[in-house]
Amino acid sequence: MLAAIDLHGFLFVLFALTACVFAAGVLFSSNIVRMAFNLVLSLGSSAGLFFLAGAEFVGAMQLMIYVGGTLVLLVFGVMLTAQHRFLEMRTNAGEWVLSLLVGGALLMVLLQAAFSVSQWNTPYAQRDQVEIDESKSATPIAAALTGVRVDKLEETNPRLRAGKSGYLMPFVIVSMHLLVVLVGAAYLARPRMAVRQMRRGG
Amino acid sequence: MAEFFAQYMPAWGAYLLTALISVALLLAVVGLGALFFIWAERKVAGRIQDRLGPTRTGGKFGWLQSLADGIKLITKEDLAPADADRLLFRLAPYVSLAPSYAALLALPFADGWVGWEINTSVFFLLAILGLEVFGVILAGYASGSKWSLFGGMRQAAQVVSYEVPLGMCGVIPVFLCGTMSLTTIGNMQAGWATNWLIFHDPFTFMVFWVYFTCAVASVNRAPFDLAEAESELVAGFHTEYSGLRWSFFFMAEYNSMFVVSGLAAVLFFGGWNGPVPIFASWKAAGGGWEIVADLAGCLNFIGKAVLGVMVMIWVRWTLPRLRIDQVITTCLKYCVPLAAFCFVGALAWQLASLPSPNDWLSPDPAGRAAVREPWVERAEDGAERSGTSGAEELARLAEDKR
Repeated sequence: MLAAIDLHGFLFVLFALTACVFAAGVLFSSNIVRMAFNLVLSLGSSAGLFFLAGAEFVGAMQLMIYVGGTLVLLVFGVMLTAQHRFLEMRTNAGEWVLSLLVGGALLMVLLQAAFSVSQWNTPYAQRDQVEIDESKSATPIAAALTGVRVDKLEETNPRLRAGKSGYLMPFVIVSMHLLVVLVGAAYLARPRMAVRQMRRGG
Repeated sequence: MAEFFAQYMPAWGAYLLTALISVALLLAVVGLGALFFIWAERKVAGRIQDRLGPTRTGGKFGWLQSLADGIKLITKEDLAPADADRLLFRLAPYVSLAPSYAALLALPFADGWVGWEINTSVFFLLAILGLEVFGVILAGYASGSKWSLFGGMRQAAQVVSYEVPLGMCGVIPVFLCGTMSLTTIGNMQAGWATNWLIFHDPFTFMVFWVYFTCAVASVNRAPFDLAEAESELVAGFHTEYSGLRWSFFFMAEYNSMFVVSGLAAVLFFGGWNGPVPIFASWKAAGGGWEIVADLAGCLNFIGKAVLGVMVMIWVRWTLPRLRIDQVITTCLKYCVPLAAFCFVGALAWQLASLPSPNDWLSPDPAGRAAVREPWVERAEDGAERSGTSGAEELARLAEDKR
């Protein structure tokens, strides 16, 4: 069906290019709100890559948490606090060198890792016969969170099948971590409220 | 549909044509929806305030009023204030309209009549509706005006708060049906109105009203329209806009109203399944009859969604605007605890296997259990053909995936 035009490849290049171009836009703009806007487009494009790969849950998660949550809060914070000298960020040469070193090192590690996967490195033999598998529901993920791996039914060890290989433990650890963060945030916000109440009372 | 066109033209042309048809149909929903809802808003507002509303343009009822307004807006000058951040100021209306339009992609209009069939469409819709606020914030910041900035800040605070209870309300139908696919959730409510999820138990009945409140707040409508607040902020975030850019914000707003009402219709009111199952036998007959049944279902769905929008219009012209602290109080002190209580209550109801009205009144109370997600159905079809069990076929699919 897709033999005449490599639609998937075209869309992949499109999303990857927009993600990279707007990521460079984040790097080279000096206005925080424009940076945030570039970051929205860049993260949105990478969400598009997830949708293209059939991982809709991850893509929607990317949109909800990073674009709809974090960046809205970022711009909100900028609008609440920023004076003009904070809105325009000037980076000096030392910062450029340091960030190039750190970013370049990370890029090297990622490139090395990407090229060490042999399947990604060699051209696929029967390219025409590759079928894009249709995406699955989030139900297996949810079942795995409760400890049941419906995608691992061929597992012969019954103890592993019954939940030892689920995501329950990491899930609980992450939620405990979030709970601690929430309690911490509430604690940090508390004294100021107490002061205000005292003033109002007195 | 792409397979159908591929018989007559090359594959890329078939894909392009299919995509163009879907896009054009959904754009028609946005455009015509905005025209109709703005006219309806003015008529309803007029009647509520004991006047007539538009009466002259287009003969009776002033039904061409929105079109005339649209032509006027196109001819207006496109201005940007001197202090504005030009690029962001010009882009903001599109940033507002694009997510609102993209939300329509995953919203099913009838069984299988959806732009993009994904299995996590509830989550996708909630995620993408949360992005619309970004256009408002950008407009508020980039206008270089105090009023706009205040409007944008209020909107950011409001939307970030209301996303929490909205998500919690959306989760309850998801776990009652065991799926995030809107098509499947809609199909599970087939049959009589008793099968609608709003009548499942008292908690789902309660949570619908919480959902509706949060939906009104999340699409920035009165009594939660603090970002506009014309009595204090001139016009809020769109103070500095004129012409077609200004109207894009309103197209986004009316389209979002339609989307959240449509989501409510699928999650709580059976989507395309009417109060009375008139077309159920036609649907089963297949072929051309099935298309007629789907068309009736589509009209049914649009009717329910339009009804939801009409209630929002009615609420807007009835209730006074809240203060910002009252808005946040409504969300954090009432909507979130109520949604959480209903969540636990509906969960307990399901766990204790307490009865729902459908058990007594429906001829087929166990019908919901027979509805499967589209990919599971295909896996079971494949299992029947190859003579393996459904579980093996699922495992094979999962293996292919890796």
